Amino acid sequence: MKTLGDVKVGESSTIVKLHGEGALRRHLMDLGLIKGTSFKVVKVAPLGDPVEINVRGYELSIRKEEAAVVEVQ
Amino acid sequence: MADSQIHVALAGNPNCGKTTLFNLITGANGYVGNWPGVTVEKKEAKLLSDKNVTITDLPGIYSLSPYSPEEQCSRDYLMSGEPDVVVQVVDATNLERNLYLALQVIETGLPVVVALNMADLVEKNGDKIDTDKLSKKLGCPVMMISALKNKGITELFEQVKKSAASKGQVPEHKFDSSIEDVLDHIENNLPASVPANKRRYYAVKLFERDADACKLINLTKEKAARVEQLVAQCEQDCDDDAESIITGERYGVIAHIIDECLTKAPAKMSTSEKIDRVVTNRILGLPIFVVIMFCVYYIAVSTLGGTVTDFTNDQLFGTDGWYVLGQGRDAYDAAVEAAGDAADSVDPAQYGPYVPGITTVVHDALVAGGTEDGGLVDSLVCDGIVGGLGAIFGFVPQMFLLFVMLSFLEDCGYMARVAFIMDRVFRRFGLSGKSFIPMLVSSGCGVPGVMATKTIENEKDRRMTVMTTTFIPCGAKLPIIALLMGSIIGDSSTTAAWISPLFYFLGVFAVIASGLMLKKTKLFAGRPTPFVMELPAYHFPAIRSWALHVWERCWAFIKKAGTVIFASTVVVWFLSNFGSYNGSFGFLPAMDGIPEEFMDYSVLAMLGNLVAWIFAPLGFSTWQATALTVSGLVAKENVVATAGSLLSVADAAETDPSLWTAFAGMFPTMGACVAFGAFNLLCAPCFAAMGTIRNQMDSGKWTAIAIGYECAFAWVIGLFINQFYNLLVLGQFGIWTVVAIVLLVAMLFQIFRPMPKHAWTDEDETNTASAAVSA
Repeated sequence: MKTLGDVKVGESSTIVKLHGEGALRRHLMDLGLIKGTSFKVVKVAPLGDPVEINVRGYELSIRKEEAAVVEVQ
Repeated sequence: MADSQIHVALAGNPNCGKTTLFNLITGANGYVGNWPGVTVEKKEAKLLSDKNVTITDLPGIYSLSPYSPEEQCSRDYLMSGEPDVVVQVVDATNLERNLYLALQVIETGLPVVVALNMADLVEKNGDKIDTDKLSKKLGCPVMMISALKNKGITELFEQVKKSAASKGQVPEHKFDSSIEDVLDHIENNLPASVPANKRRYYAVKLFERDADACKLINLTKEKAARVEQLVAQCEQDCDDDAESIITGERYGVIAHIIDECLTKAPAKMSTSEKIDRVVTNRILGLPIFVVIMFCVYYIAVSTLGGTVTDFTNDQLFGTDGWYVLGQGRDAYDAAVEAAGDAADSVDPAQYGPYVPGITTVVHDALVAGGTEDGGLVDSLVCDGIVGGLGAIFGFVPQMFLLFVMLSFLEDCGYMARVAFIMDRVFRRFGLSGKSFIPMLVSSGCGVPGVMATKTIENEKDRRMTVMTTTFIPCGAKLPIIALLMGSIIGDSSTTAAWISPLFYFLGVFAVIASGLMLKKTKLFAGRPTPFVMELPAYHFPAIRSWALHVWERCWAFIKKAGTVIFASTVVVWFLSNFGSYNGSFGFLPAMDGIPEEFMDYSVLAMLGNLVAWIFAPLGFSTWQATALTVSGLVAKENVVATAGSLLSVADAAETDPSLWTAFAGMFPTMGACVAFGAFNLLCAPCFAAMGTIRNQMDSGKWTAIAIGYECAFAWVIGLFINQFYNLLVLGQFGIWTVVAIVLLVAMLFQIFRPMPKHAWTDEDETNTASAAVSA
């Protein structure tokens, strides 16, 4: 399974499915990370984590650990 | 509803300009309180242009889900029946995500007015929004405004008053027909007591299996089963869970609305992206951050702020006095030098427009009014009150400058990037990058630092940040560090420069070690908090909000200083000036035959002796050292001044070599001296900060845990320093050496052992597990 954390900086992809559960999953959905949403990984923080993605016209910071629940194409 | 009174709720995403709007329309004179039971801030104020309109500023949220306290408070308030109308503030430059909350608010059935904020930026970007069409699609009025530029606000509130008189709307937007069918069925199963305009809201909530809403509606067993069956069928058909289906439908509706109402100019790289290319750059990000922080502290503490603070301390409040615009200062200094030993007889007023210091003025006025020179009243007022207040207000200029810069960095969006850059570091000990901001603020003053923790959503993270943030040396601890340096090394200028940062590292070490240790205790066990954060676009902050931010922080300090610290300064003065000598109790300096060191007979000395045994293992058991620690608990600003008066060094400053010698004389060894410093820098902060901790924790138990932990940690570190100094340098070994070694091993074990298993089972998981079992 390829996840959001595996997408390289500068690449775009589309969300296939949101795994995980509870508050984190709902929060990611509320922020617009749902099935079929395309996004671009803009950059990675100086210490290697978290990453910054551009989704639905805004910038979102997400740790690689949490990005692992987002399955992408 | 009384025809004149209108309650307006302000709702919106974080960073949509809601607070700017609130400050603008209410004149920022809001009443700030907490929502009952949680530490989410609630702001309420009257509209400036119409006192019959009360505005409630809801916390910035992304959704009305039941998962975070902010979201829960917001929806509880919206459904409470109090608000007559909701102003939904929408960042027009990011319609897509902002409309997601707007749709949910519209579904509550309350009258809604959508305020498209940042209209000026939309225009600047060349985008066009068709507000009439948007209004039709959403089924509620839509107004273009700019809170920053004060545009469209009057029109907005005319509309708000009109809408408040209406009954509210049934939402216009429709989901996919298969979902709508299910929602219709659920609506039909709702009890008749649910009013027409709220039926859709509850139907959607029941579809989502929202626990709070289910409890509130309390369907009969039969109906609940019917609804569950409908939802389960729908989930099977869509091959997705109910929450995902609804979220997907909402974003689907939004995509459709945006297609019709928004014409976007061809995309070009925004200013924000250009700035971020540099400041959060993989290679340059960290160095730039270090440089920015260095500049902030260099300006606030070392150069500008330091000068102003010295002026306030020595000249404005002290006995030095000052020259208007410095005229005559050089001539006076030359005259003092020429006079040599007779310097006291040089009259400063001869050399320019001289203004005497407040202490001098008050002292002269008292003596002229018939008060005894050096007597009870003179001493209380000049040494106790004016001296105490001066020491505290001296920090205001430094703090003001620090907060001007930190608040700017926060309001313009840079601090969110700092959290992004630093998150990796803080995650290692279970915190997130968000904990870094309170710690930065704490380096100025712990009071606003502890207050800054309120932006941390997760309760455990917030508590741990509150507990550890005051380990960072605040401005008031710097003179203690300087005094220690002088005492240990004797001469500050050359060698001491590298030691003072050591105490900063000690503070940072205390934060890290505490984080690692506490995270493994039952109190803080749990999964690391997710760090999913929006990085808002950079913008120049609204001057009004920025100023308000600075003011709130400085005011928090001044208020505490004027009340708690002031009162305690007076108490300390009484304790150290009153006592019994030769069998009679009274004002010591006025007693017959009292020796110069009258404080040896004071109440403070008696109290100091009572608790001195606690500090014996740390090497300092004289009552003076204990009394200094006590005065440090009141306010760290007091320590140097108290040291001066306890050791009978007049006009003591931390840079005075005679104070260094006297201070060093209090301790048997250098190890004890350093242990004293470490204990005072790490133990519970001042009264004011403790009061703020009490407010933030909102629990007596947690306040006690926080302060108890800080003191215990400080004591242990002090013990290490003294005992290991004795062992390694002096070759002494005793029972306390054994205790120190045992504690050190225990501490290292707690820091380095792997995360225990139980730590990962947090409440959420336990709940889901038990739910699964019962199902």
